[in-house]
Amino acid sequence: MHIEKYLNIKTLEQLKELLETKKAAAIKHIELVHNELTVTVSSSDLIDFVLFLRDERDCLFRQLIDITAVDHMDREPRFDVVYHFLSLKKNMRIRVKVPVADGDSVPSLCEVSAAANWYERETYDMFGILFENHPDLRRLLTDYDFEGFPLRKDFPTYGKVEMFYSQERKRCEYRPVKLTKDFREFDKTSPWRAMTDNRHLAEEDSVFDIDEFAKEGDTANG
Amino acid sequence: MADTQQKEVHVNEDFSLNFGPQHPAAHGVLRLVLDMDGEVIKRADPHIGLLHRGTEKLIENKTYVQALPYFDRFDYVSMMCQEHVWCLATEKLLGIEIPRRASYIRVLYSELTRIMNHLLWLGTHALDVGAMSMFLYCFKDRETIMDFYEEVSGARMHANYFRPGGVSKDLPKGLKTKIAEFIKDYDDKIDEFETILTNNPIWKQRTVDIGVVSAEEAIDMGFSGPMIRGSGLAWDLRKAQPYEVYDELEFDIPVGKNGDSYDRYLVRMEEMRQSVRLVKQCLEKMPKGAVKTQNFKVSPPKRDEMKSSMESMIHHFKYFTEGFHVPEGEVYVAVEAPKGETGVYLVSKGGPKPYRAKVRAPGFAHLQGLDKMSRGHMLADVVTIIGTQDIVFGEIDR
Repeated sequence: MHIEKYLNIKTLEQLKELLETKKAAAIKHIELVHNELTVTVSSSDLIDFVLFLRDERDCLFRQLIDITAVDHMDREPRFDVVYHFLSLKKNMRIRVKVPVADGDSVPSLCEVSAAANWYERETYDMFGILFENHPDLRRLLTDYDFEGFPLRKDFPTYGKVEMFYSQERKRCEYRPVKLTKDFREFDKTSPWRAMTDNRHLAEEDSVFDIDEFAKEGDTANG
Repeated sequence: MADTQQKEVHVNEDFSLNFGPQHPAAHGVLRLVLDMDGEVIKRADPHIGLLHRGTEKLIENKTYVQALPYFDRFDYVSMMCQEHVWCLATEKLLGIEIPRRASYIRVLYSELTRIMNHLLWLGTHALDVGAMSMFLYCFKDRETIMDFYEEVSGARMHANYFRPGGVSKDLPKGLKTKIAEFIKDYDDKIDEFETILTNNPIWKQRTVDIGVVSAEEAIDMGFSGPMIRGSGLAWDLRKAQPYEVYDELEFDIPVGKNGDSYDRYLVRMEEMRQSVRLVKQCLEKMPKGAVKTQNFKVSPPKRDEMKSSMESMIHHFKYFTEGFHVPEGEVYVAVEAPKGETGVYLVSKGGPKPYRAKVRAPGFAHLQGLDKMSRGHMLADVVTIIGTQDIVFGEIDR
């Protein structure tokens, strides 16, 4: 009964309706914000849903544009794997999200689209998310023996190891990163806050020694 | 007798060949591990990441304005197109419109950038294949366009000129005339380039039927830009999903027929001509007016105002220290960069810094297709295929 109605999908609203009717069981959440359609599905429904998007004549999302992930740190499950698809025929984009817990895996889309291979390797490399049935899940962008997953929020921006040339062994080696100056994260949300905070501390401390304070300031600035 | 037998076995043996990362034809730092059967490639395994700088991680620690210069350094031969995508993404989340003059300036510079990128591509591609003189001609004109960059931003390459809310400064006096002069007869220049290559038998031998990609494969492998148009698909984001003022300007989408390297060469040459057309139209139609949004929460006020008005002073200070706050949300924005679809997936959780920014680089998908494109070809053809893909490692390794 709906078929005639959806034959000529032109807008994302119509696509949203179509997905809500035909794929209601798979969709956990669907929203249309900023004129972009985002669908959240669970990892078990992913392949089925993506195949529907690819082959359904009203969708034809045949180009996989991008795969990446977002680390939500305090949320459960921790990661969102984010897929972007493009339909050249319909001139529409869609975003598919799969929530994944740390250590869980997502089915690989390599069978569905040839483009998925490297995107999944990169996502694995950066976030440590495993992709089931991926033909060649090696690290892609980081160094050959790299440890850790750099785009996770708990990975320090300055890294964990640094490379140096060992004069004794005549080769490049790694050692734990040592910053000559502490990494300072400036929170400039309010430029005045740092000042007020200091004053507050000074008031609490009954004997506030201005020289001591200045010295501390010196060491802090390195 | 035994000796000859052994030799034959040796000749037929498969072997691996390491190509790069220090190879002039590798366009930067590509390490290719090639499984060869004699001189024929059986499998190509690109090892990338030698230029990985963790830019996406760095962006998470910077304000939206501070993140902008990183975009110059992704695809470092088409700088402003990368800035463009970041500006568009930020603006979409902020929900602001930019003045029309700013839109025209952006399109003008995007198209100049496209010419500049294609000049570099043409020069290096021809050099790889063996035509030295092309390189010299192309770099000469590229210098001129870099001078236009310099006039407008002070930097020849990493311009940091487009800003969320518009562009950083208006065009200086006399620049439009200079650009008009440069672009006036540029079609003839492109014709001149074509006389060197288009009917050149060596050039044709090296590019025709090399790296053939069918339209189906191009879609499946996530190709975009000239790589998909070379295969016969008239897909161009400037037409399909117009941004800025592209829908008001006239231009055509060139497409190839056979999907080989030669067709992609022709497509890119025609794209340069279309860019020339667009630049001319921009110069003609460019309206007068502001070049950045007058909402001073998201763009800095004028410098002389700052010295007399307290409010401007506060705006200026807040803009350059704290940065502007971007409402919560996520967007994916893409532009038709010279190499293909460059996109940004931007996640904001409020506050002055992006929560996550993923850059979708066209070259990443293209290089991934190198394996498929080069199988069955000779070793020397890999160089052509790398050239035809217009590989730049800044955007692939990020």
